[in-house]
Amino acid sequence: MVALERQGQSLDGAGGMVNIIWSLLAVVGIVFAAVNGRMEAVNKAIFSTIDDAIMITLTMMGVLIFWLGLMRIAEEAGLLKGLAVLFRPFVQRIFPDIPKDHPAMGYILSNMTANLFGLGNAATPMGLKAMKELKRLHQTDTASRSMITFLAINTSSITLIPTTVIAIRMKYGSVDPTVIVGATIIATCISTTGALLIDRYFHWRRTRRGEV
Amino acid sequence: MSVSIWIIPVIILFVLLIATYKGVPTYEKFVEGGKEGIDIAVSLLPFLIGMMVSIAIFRASGAMEAIITTVEPVTSLLGMPEDILPLALVRPLSGTAALGMTSELIKTFGPDSFIGLLASVMQGSTDTTFYIITVYFGAVGIKKMGDALKVGLAADLIGIIASIIVVTILFS
Repeated sequence: MVALERQGQSLDGAGGMVNIIWSLLAVVGIVFAAVNGRMEAVNKAIFSTIDDAIMITLTMMGVLIFWLGLMRIAEEAGLLKGLAVLFRPFVQRIFPDIPKDHPAMGYILSNMTANLFGLGNAATPMGLKAMKELKRLHQTDTASRSMITFLAINTSSITLIPTTVIAIRMKYGSVDPTVIVGATIIATCISTTGALLIDRYFHWRRTRRGEV
Repeated sequence: MSVSIWIIPVIILFVLLIATYKGVPTYEKFVEGGKEGIDIAVSLLPFLIGMMVSIAIFRASGAMEAIITTVEPVTSLLGMPEDILPLALVRPLSGTAALGMTSELIKTFGPDSFIGLLASVMQGSTDTTFYIITVYFGAVGIKKMGDALKVGLAADLIGIIASIIVVTILFS
């Protein structure tokens, strides 16, 4: 979730890998252009892209204002909480190690519903609280079964409305910017189901080896 | 898919009806929540400019083409359009880098082209595994992450493959 990355925490998780990728793209590009005599194209691309990024941000701002505004209404009306209640039985099956009324369950549900509606900013604090509660259930520095499952769900990203993508499509004059919504939901469901199955498999393997 | 046209208007209708019924001051709350969108968009700007310019240099120089031609035999074997490979590789590493790449792909190929649609769905249906693992495990001091990274990366791979299959079936 893009919105996660603006919270003053580390920008990328891969130990500074993004710095290397970023610099490498520009450096290799400029050297390549020098050798191939394409410096004019590169020079043009730099300035037209800056312009594009500004325009994308403006379009995105509009979409985000609208969506986050609507979601605030949904939150005030108790819709996100209602959804959490709806998901509870299902989520309890995914996390068999968490006691039924443990606070961790509540935080996990809030994190999932916030993610579902593209509210990355609300999802991260809830996710962190969930991790703290999970840690209390499992007092070591080793990841517990529930923690791994929780991460699997978060990395496979359950999104209902991919707001930033819709904004970019609008900016470039798509005939139907939201046409990808259905496809994204289907792809997301497949990857989340897949992630949960893989997570179960790894858990089964750990149990068989007697690691748990 | 005409269902997509319905999703957002129906959500708006549903939210407003229920909120009004529950006595929520809808317009005031809308404005309040919307302000947050300004901050998010503004703070994204440096990420987008940085990443998009870097990728644009790489593409305009011809280096992207050279790499894509080199990996073409591998990607065509997997049935993956070669232009999407850089996005698929970067997606688990950095969310903003991937967003920059998605924008660049949509700009270059058009939002309604196969590549444009595929990049859109891929961006929306996967997430930044390394980032989530670092933040979530880091915050509670987990040092041994067990199978978390393997599970996360496998989820990304499934998301990427699922995007390709779903977009191919629905749009071509």
